[in-house]
Amino acid sequence: MKGGGTVGRYTAGSRANHWLTAICLILLALSGMAFFHPSLFFLTDLFGGGVWTRIIHPWIGVVLMLSFLGLFLRFWHHNLWRREDSRWMASINDVINNREERLPEVGRYNAGQKLVFWLMSLAVLLMFVSGLVLWDEYFAAYFTVDQKRLAGVLHAAGAVLFCFILIVHVYAAFWVKGTLRAMTRGSVTGGWAWKHHRKWLREEIRTPAKGTGD
Amino acid sequence: MSTLQSLDIKRRSATTAPSPSVRESAEVAKLIDISKCIGCKACQAACMEWNDLRDEVGHNVGVYDNPADLTPASWTVMRFNEIEVGENLAWLIRKDGCMHCSEPGCLKACPSPGAIVQYANGIVDFISENCIGCGYCVKGCPFNIPRISARDQKAYKCSLCSDRVAVGQIPACAKACPTQAIYFGTKTDMKNHADGRLQDLKSRGYQTAALYDPPGVGGTHVMYVLPYGDRPTDYSGLPANPRISPLVELWKGMAKPVALAGIGLAALLGFFHYVTKGPNEVEEEDEEKARAMADRENGGRS
Repeated sequence: MKGGGTVGRYTAGSRANHWLTAICLILLALSGMAFFHPSLFFLTDLFGGGVWTRIIHPWIGVVLMLSFLGLFLRFWHHNLWRREDSRWMASINDVINNREERLPEVGRYNAGQKLVFWLMSLAVLLMFVSGLVLWDEYFAAYFTVDQKRLAGVLHAAGAVLFCFILIVHVYAAFWVKGTLRAMTRGSVTGGWAWKHHRKWLREEIRTPAKGTGD
Repeated sequence: MSTLQSLDIKRRSATTAPSPSVRESAEVAKLIDISKCIGCKACQAACMEWNDLRDEVGHNVGVYDNPADLTPASWTVMRFNEIEVGENLAWLIRKDGCMHCSEPGCLKACPSPGAIVQYANGIVDFISENCIGCGYCVKGCPFNIPRISARDQKAYKCSLCSDRVAVGQIPACAKACPTQAIYFGTKTDMKNHADGRLQDLKSRGYQTAALYDPPGVGGTHVMYVLPYGDRPTDYSGLPANPRISPLVELWKGMAKPVALAGIGLAALLGFFHYVTKGPNEVEEEDEEKARAMADRENGGRS
């Protein structure tokens, strides 16, 4: 722990990478929703109208894919499933009811965070591939109409999955106080680490250079 | 591709509220009698002429089809096929183009409000100003009709000359046909006329002659008299039972309300979790315990 009782959690690079991804994802959700349901078509106004939204959406998707790839390479090894993760999941009721003391000690990420990570990775991959199939401006000639129809369904399903994960991810950061500063300032308080990621805190105290994100 | 005609609109893409529907108009239809078609392509020329379209001059690919396929500037094209019927050769010529479905897959798939409309008389029209160029209409169409222009990324297809029909004229192709293989009138009249044609064909040995008005898309406003009605696919791939793909039905049907409701519910669940269970906060004692752990591990160095 540094002076002032804080622990480094994310480097500036990781934070920038995360927020670039977040911005892309929000823009994609807004522009994508506009095409998903007629009552949300007004969202195209945010992007300069329907045609511009159609043009911009896939390019934001490309940026997201690259940006998320950065996050994936930074964090995948922290998100490997361990035995305590299954135990943590089994006590999900205690998680929801704020009974932290009944949960097993958690490393850098808990099982819920790992699930968000892997589901997000899956969703990004699904969205990128199905998105390419739907990107008629450049790829119309490479796929059959039935492949495009399937891609349409999968792209919509993946988008819904995205929204669910996003809601869980954003809500968790709001619900568990002291979390957000990890992504805005790079550090968390010792108390936060002790309460939510005790195993990680112990490792950090022993070898402080490790685990700042990269 | 035209701007709105003086025709009432029955259905509008990406619009959930009903269209004005007090006034009723008769449904129109084009009846293409394949038994009378000689494949002269006057209809193609008339279509270009009236709609002021000039396709690029292509290449001869060894068959009569010219151009080889529908394009953004060729809204109708004659398709030629040869089949054997018993010991005889039959030359099948079908004028391909938009079928103007009663339940149009293009309109169902279109995400842009008012980019595709169905007039009260049944004509399905693309309103190009509202087209955003996503190509979803191509995925929705069971007949493989709309074409996206490389020039402006917008979708184009036969308008059934909605601008002519609006002022009491028949479509340009019907006007130009030298053998009167293309009729135009109310759908009821066209069906009656087809009945007479089928009787005539049957009396001349075309026992399987049939009217093509496929129920899978609610019927169409372009119908064919098929001399060999039992083998529609021989007419250059005319689908036997066209319908909107189940994938598109799912994507553009149930998925929309269910997904939005699900997402809304998830957000509400979060809200109610917060107001019932409260935030998960770090107390001062947690900070103390963290300091104690640091002291223990480092022997008080930190």
